[in-house]
Amino acid sequence: MSAIRRCRPPRALAGLFVWCLRNTGVRQIPYQFVHLYHVANDRLITFQYFNFLKRMYVTQCNKDLSQRAKLKSDSIVSSFHELQQLDQEEKVVHKISPVSPVHRSWSETSSRNELREMKSAAETEDSVIPVGAKSKEDRQWKEMKLRLDDLPGILARLSKIKLTALVVSTTSAGFAMAPVPFELTCFLLASLGTGLASCAANSINQFFEVPFDSNMNRTKNRPLVRGQISPLLAVCFAASCGVPGIALLTLGVNPLTGALGAFNIFLYTCCYTPLKRMSIANTWVGAVVGAIPPIMGWTAATGSLDAGALLLGGILYSWQFPHFNALSWGLREDYSRGGYCMMSVTHPGLCRRVALRHCLALIGLSTVAPVLDITTWTFPIISLPINLYISYLGFRFYRDADRSSSRKLFFCSLWHLPMLLLVMFTCKKSVLEKEDKSDLLGRSQERALEIRLP
Amino acid sequence: PPAHSRSDWIGPPDKHSNLRPIIFYVPPEESALERRLREARQEAQASNQRFWARHNRAFCQEKEEFIYSRLKAKGLEMRDESGQKATLNAEEMADFYKDFLSKNLKKHLQYNREWYKHNFRITFLMGQVALVRALRWLRRRKKIVEQ
Repeated sequence: MSAIRRCRPPRALAGLFVWCLRNTGVRQIPYQFVHLYHVANDRLITFQYFNFLKRMYVTQCNKDLSQRAKLKSDSIVSSFHELQQLDQEEKVVHKISPVSPVHRSWSETSSRNELREMKSAAETEDSVIPVGAKSKEDRQWKEMKLRLDDLPGILARLSKIKLTALVVSTTSAGFAMAPVPFELTCFLLASLGTGLASCAANSINQFFEVPFDSNMNRTKNRPLVRGQISPLLAVCFAASCGVPGIALLTLGVNPLTGALGAFNIFLYTCCYTPLKRMSIANTWVGAVVGAIPPIMGWTAATGSLDAGALLLGGILYSWQFPHFNALSWGLREDYSRGGYCMMSVTHPGLCRRVALRHCLALIGLSTVAPVLDITTWTFPIISLPINLYISYLGFRFYRDADRSSSRKLFFCSLWHLPMLLLVMFTCKKSVLEKEDKSDLLGRSQERALEIRLP
Repeated sequence: PPAHSRSDWIGPPDKHSNLRPIIFYVPPEESALERRLREARQEAQASNQRFWARHNRAFCQEKEEFIYSRLKAKGLEMRDESGQKATLNAEEMADFYKDFLSKNLKKHLQYNREWYKHNFRITFLMGQVALVRALRWLRRRKKIVEQ
């Protein structure tokens, strides 16, 4: 059954469009996505595009996006799919239906195909799991020699550069929300440090997961899986990003931010990554990993861990659950075969309950924001519609537990967070307002003193 | 891979294990350390291949059996009138996925431990080999400069 995607105005606003460059020699990172959904019956093609560059898309925060991200890039039904190549543009049509994949149209690039991920893991006809790439290039034997001009592309994919960019944007959101005057150097240093730390963490994650990545469709084209880079080089790269990154944060910004960054790397690589294969608790740990970058942004600006930082972290923490649980609903086969312990496979009821619970928590957290003096009271009021909407979708997911509701919830989460952060920023309580208030108080006190003193 | 090549070659993913096999180049003047590294990599590759090929085959087989038993319970045949293979929807398959994961959890835990050990050992040996090679290169440069 094909899913019909209605083009919603708010989503249409969020950009569209991917240029996927063919992988030839030096690969450039695709920075946009095109997603076409095709309705079998009436041949309606609804286009949905997500533009990741324009953004505050925090779909991932220093987490293993690969888990959430994509689904098989090769599950395509030939009868319904068109593959056009206009110069360097590739559009892929996915038919969302449990029809066996017929053939693979192009070799997967390193893009984050969050949308493609939602495609159902079609039941296959063969007795062999069709994870392998079928494109001619991938069928050849390749020399394991590192070419210098390939290196930037390889390192970009190793460090999951797009995910890193999103993490950095969450950090900047945290920085922006802090109630202090904006300092450009501090902002840049914090962003750079966080970016480097994120690169390091992602590289180590890929280093640990080579055989598992090769067995999952979404991740089978990673550099270590394809042998484009040696594990030693991956570790050296991670060290050369992580150490300067943390040093930059500790010395250039403040020690608290540095400590948080180091802790986050540790949490991601040494706790979340192994835990993924051991227990479902990994989702909660991963949510914390995602919540820390905005806290880092806040502490970079203010130098202290206030309630505001924790609130921002809390919002991101809660957001991770509907986002990830909805996403993982469609990946159950890959997770089951790959041996990943995810709620959607082992405790499906819990999966949906938790997603709903945290959607509702978002409403609560948005209400707390003005209490803590971070935003004005307009924030909970303006954000109520979008929070209610995501909660409604969370409820539908909870009740229906099917692919269409999970996909709806997932796509909603993609635009919900950037919007929420944007609204938060516009409703931010101005620093000047607070200064005026304290000034007034001070002046009235002085006057009172003057009156008392003869 | 061509006979004159002096580097390792990596191939397309294996049909059963989805892992990419590597053919290692054995240089004539291979040192003991390099030999240890190569053997460690070969051993890891073989062990991974064995595990995943068996695991994936078991997955496919059990999946087929599950589909068959469920279809039988529903009173349907494996193939419908048009000759297409009958499938179950995602919700019904979810039971199978949950079952399969819990059955294989212990196997995975053991494999994880082994894989991490292999990975660290190989990377450490690679580091040692790289260090030795770098020192050798530096020594040679020094000699050339002195001459």
